[in-house]
Amino acid sequence: MGKVVVVTSGKGGVGKTTSTAALGAALAQTGKRVALVDFDVGLRNLDLIMGAERRVVFDLVNVTQGVAKLPQALIRDKRVDTLFLLPASQTRDKDALTEEGVADVISALREKFDYVFCDSPAGIERGAQLAMRYADDAVIVTNPEVSSVRDSDRIIGLLDSRTLKAERGESVNKHILVTRFDAARAARGEMLNINDVLEILSTPLLGIIPENQGVLRASNIGSPVTLSEPSNAAARAYIDAAKRLEGEDLPVVLPFQRQGFFDRLFGRRAA
Amino acid sequence: MTLFDLFKRRGSAPVARERLQVLLAYERQNRNQPDLVAILREEIMAVIARHIQVGQEDVRVAMDRGDTMSTLEIDVNIPNGGALIAA
Ligand SMILES: Nc1ncnc2c1ncn2[C@@H]1O[C@H](COP(=O)(O)OP(=O)(O)O)[C@@H](O)[C@H]1O
Ligand SMILES: [Mg+2]
Repeated sequence: MGKVVVVTSGKGGVGKTTSTAALGAALAQTGKRVALVDFDVGLRNLDLIMGAERRVVFDLVNVTQGVAKLPQALIRDKRVDTLFLLPASQTRDKDALTEEGVADVISALREKFDYVFCDSPAGIERGAQLAMRYADDAVIVTNPEVSSVRDSDRIIGLLDSRTLKAERGESVNKHILVTRFDAARAARGEMLNINDVLEILSTPLLGIIPENQGVLRASNIGSPVTLSEPSNAAARAYIDAAKRLEGEDLPVVLPFQRQGFFDRLFGRRAA
Repeated sequence: MTLFDLFKRRGSAPVARERLQVLLAYERQNRNQPDLVAILREEIMAVIARHIQVGQEDVRVAMDRGDTMSTLEIDVNIPNGGALIAA
């Protein structure tokens, strides 16, 4: 039985889709069977980030409505053959997904995969609640910034009340993934301190992903950063986070600015 | 910014942390409670409407949460002339 992991945040643009792709690909590369499910109905993007936008035939809504069978809708990654994508629908009908439909798809995926990652839409409404509904684990993507932390707190409230686990008196395993961390700004005291974020949210840390140009490059070419630039700082942080999700006990190190004298002299930033 | 500010600057992060701690403590406590301001607004509206003809936009209810005390501010615009309803 696979593990269902929701990647969520409340706030938009914090790095959920980037993190879903990067973590999923990192785990698939170690041989795990991984399915990435895009729950952002109407605003699908995971297909683009995965470089599979031209291979979408059926989507999540088609499967829940019985228009397509699950194996027809799953797109196998061209780089890692244990990695699959179930795209979101482009329909504008926000009610296209039903709780029963999602339950069926998730339980079918659980049978076939080691990990089922659910890329949540932004917000705290129905779409976000459906994405987290059947989760065993939650990766709460948070930027070290006040509005993102506030939204993460609300999402934690939902994870503790609206998920199937919560209703059964169990609890979803929650992890904070700090993304877009800027070491230089943190050093100047302009960015919320990681320990403060963890203390405020009283949730353990899965990893710290630095702000990094490689993420944008990866999205430009349609590849998870962990596949296209595995040695880049953000990719390495994602690979470590994936190992922690697997239960490995790796210490978290603060990403620091690897900026040499010449880099600084020429105003260039280390990648 | 004075030169002194430049030296004593510890960054804005500690302020952010403090604001978050206060806000989230409040929000968690009220998470599953109905929205008090909305309820007050509705009931106040109903009372006023019994006596004066006012529209939704004529009544403004605002809350300012302080550390030890909060204020509730009610602003009613009463249109001039013939708007009173005999009670
Ligand atoms: N670590 C990072 N460094 C630089 N840019 C990032 C990083 N993480 C995310 N981004 C950028 O932030 C934007 C939003 O990311 P995305 O994953 O789409 O967020 P979400 O799914 O939460 O809306 C994208 O342009 C992405 O390239
Ligand atoms: Mg997204």
